[in-house]
Amino acid sequence: MSQSKANATPLLQVRNLKKHFPIKGGLFGRTVGHVKAVDGIDLSVHDGETLGLVGESGCGKSTAGRTMIRLYEPTAGEITFNDPQSGPMRLERAGLADLRRVWTNMQMIFQDPFSSLDPRMSVGRIIGEPLTVHGIATGSELRDRVGELLRRVGLRPEHQSRYPHAFSGGQRQRIGIARALALNPKLVICDEPVSALDVSVQAQVLNLLEDLQDEFNLTFLFIAHDLSVVEHISDRVAVMYVGYVVEVAPTDELFRNPLMPYTEALISAIPPPNPRRRGRPMKLAGEVPSPSNPPTGCYFHPRCAYAADLCKVERPPLREVTPGHFAACHFAEKLSLRGIDGPMPAIDGSTAVPASPQA
Amino acid sequence: MATAEAATPGSAAASAKFAEDVSQWTLMRWRFARNRLSLFGLVVLLILYFLAVIAPFLSPYPYNDISTDYIHVAPTKLHVINGQISVCPLLQEMRDFQWFYEEDCDRAVPVDWMVKGHAYTILGIPFETHLFGVTQVPPPPDPAKLKARAAAAAAAAPKSDDPLAAFKVDAPSVASGGVEADKLPPKVFLFGSDVQGRDMFSRVMEGSRISLTIGLVGVALSVVLGAILGTASGYLGGLIDDLVQRFIEIIQSMPTLPLWAAIAAALPPTMPVPQRYLLITIILSFVSWTGLARQVRGKVMAYANLDYIAAARLAGSSHMRIILAHMLPNASSHIIVVSTLAVPGSILGETALSFLGLGMLPPAVSWGVLLRDAQQIQSVILHPWLLIPAVPIILTVTCYQFLGDGLRDAADPYSS
Repeated sequence: MSQSKANATPLLQVRNLKKHFPIKGGLFGRTVGHVKAVDGIDLSVHDGETLGLVGESGCGKSTAGRTMIRLYEPTAGEITFNDPQSGPMRLERAGLADLRRVWTNMQMIFQDPFSSLDPRMSVGRIIGEPLTVHGIATGSELRDRVGELLRRVGLRPEHQSRYPHAFSGGQRQRIGIARALALNPKLVICDEPVSALDVSVQAQVLNLLEDLQDEFNLTFLFIAHDLSVVEHISDRVAVMYVGYVVEVAPTDELFRNPLMPYTEALISAIPPPNPRRRGRPMKLAGEVPSPSNPPTGCYFHPRCAYAADLCKVERPPLREVTPGHFAACHFAEKLSLRGIDGPMPAIDGSTAVPASPQA
Repeated sequence: MATAEAATPGSAAASAKFAEDVSQWTLMRWRFARNRLSLFGLVVLLILYFLAVIAPFLSPYPYNDISTDYIHVAPTKLHVINGQISVCPLLQEMRDFQWFYEEDCDRAVPVDWMVKGHAYTILGIPFETHLFGVTQVPPPPDPAKLKARAAAAAAAAPKSDDPLAAFKVDAPSVASGGVEADKLPPKVFLFGSDVQGRDMFSRVMEGSRISLTIGLVGVALSVVLGAILGTASGYLGGLIDDLVQRFIEIIQSMPTLPLWAAIAAALPPTMPVPQRYLLITIILSFVSWTGLARQVRGKVMAYANLDYIAAARLAGSSHMRIILAHMLPNASSHIIVVSTLAVPGSILGETALSFLGLGMLPPAVSWGVLLRDAQQIQSVILHPWLLIPAVPIILTVTCYQFLGDGLRDAADPYSS
């Protein structure tokens, strides 16, 4: 697959990535089926960009992120990370020693600021853990570096003797960001880093992430279910539906000119900034299919207004419809779908993808 | 651990008035200190353990000192005579195959403090001083009084119609109190004496040493077993998890009493007491580690899914570091609570085993061994003081429950 920046090797490239979780059942714990949380993702993240990954709850976007960084073992597929030090590395079957080296350049920010910090460790030990483990700094040098990281994320260096319970959600998320940056990584996978925060704090943390991206030349894979957050921070956006990517495009292009009916429905659910100009959101019929028992053909066809017989039989591949704009739809060229035509909505936290689209 | 200097930030103590700088452990200590009942339990337990350490100093007599002059003596009454706590010598008398005692308070002698007695060692240091004892020899009994007692006894004794008359011992011959006993200071039995005339108070004190520690040693062993196997089972999962869990199920489904009986029977009775003691603790902990292992496994499995463990992996931590630096510190409050609540079970287990004659054997003394002497119904009626060892058992177990309850509340991060 060739992306728009075809000449540059992507920092992270994923091909046909699958992660299936077995369902155990019966008397002796036999495997009676699989939850196909990630079912064939193709994606590439380029150096210096922010790629947004959106989708409804349960569509597999967090699993995809955790599989790419190899917290989960992939069921199938290829993960290639272009390590700045040791060149392209295949991660899908990498051993622990290789992964430890890769993780110095690839880190993660977690969704829940409460479960992501060890309550028994002081903030200094939490942020300093990567430095301690890799033997980079000890003693007063460690304290200085942790203090510097705390300052970079907007906290005070003397906070390192405190324990996580003394901090608010936003402050804890800043601590998580400082920990992810401790080893000075290239790529940071942000797994819904603001969705657990108050709306007022969300904007602060997003601005902090943008500032840090400029300062440290970071690349973000930004997982979210809030379209306005993704629109604000991303250079390109990938849309996921039931375990695979259905559309990838530069942010403006995707929002103004969607090529996949599911994306159109998502975009129509964003409330416009002016309530008087509010159009009628498209209503999707039916339920999100279960990833353990997906429909035949295109997973979206039971709910798609434009579905034809072909959609029931054959799953459309993700293909480049216009330069840099990928979509997985048999009729991407023929449909004329509605995007956003006015100014882009502001971040106000009210534009989350509804968990149930009929609502 | 390499990060130990960061774990104990010196500033935490200096500026402890700021709640933000305080670690979870300090918060737990504060919460625990607010719970009066468990604080009371802790203080009482500390006192009990201190008393067990200095037990020989408090005991006026060696715990195995046999004396036929004082068989089944009721707890000694303490009188205040001339402003001093005093004891009265006893006159011993046998009626109907029972020993009866009568106080002779005309010859009372005071109880002395810090007396020199039998030699003993505490923590390897030899001592001879005891907190209290009786050293003064009372004047010989008044012969006129003895004669009057003998006459009264003879008059009261039934004559020929008693079929057991031939077996009756003539009262005056023993009512003298024993020739030997009259030349010695009278004994003070705070808790009475047993069938061999041994001081129950000294025996209870001595028994506390075994009974209080066997619970700790047993629980320590089962905590080590349970924590290691539980962590391995929960963290490694898969086949190891299955094997450990099935093994636990087999152990838990064994009827414990016959198991104990079988293992105790396998121990030769000639085995030295310390060795037997050690083996019994191992037997007790071999059965009791399973519950803790399951709880630790559950905790570890819950932690394994938390993001901070994922973050620790991304930081490059080894499995060992994740277990030692993240999982055990988080599970430790739980382990402490569970093991505190398991100590009384272990103490009661030892008591039950010894009561049944499967645990400690008579030359050694534990509260269970002492209670074994109170097995017959006649002790409850005739010698109720033989039941006194049950009191420290109840006290200890209750205090451990209070302590465990308080620790559990303090360890719960969601309690107010």
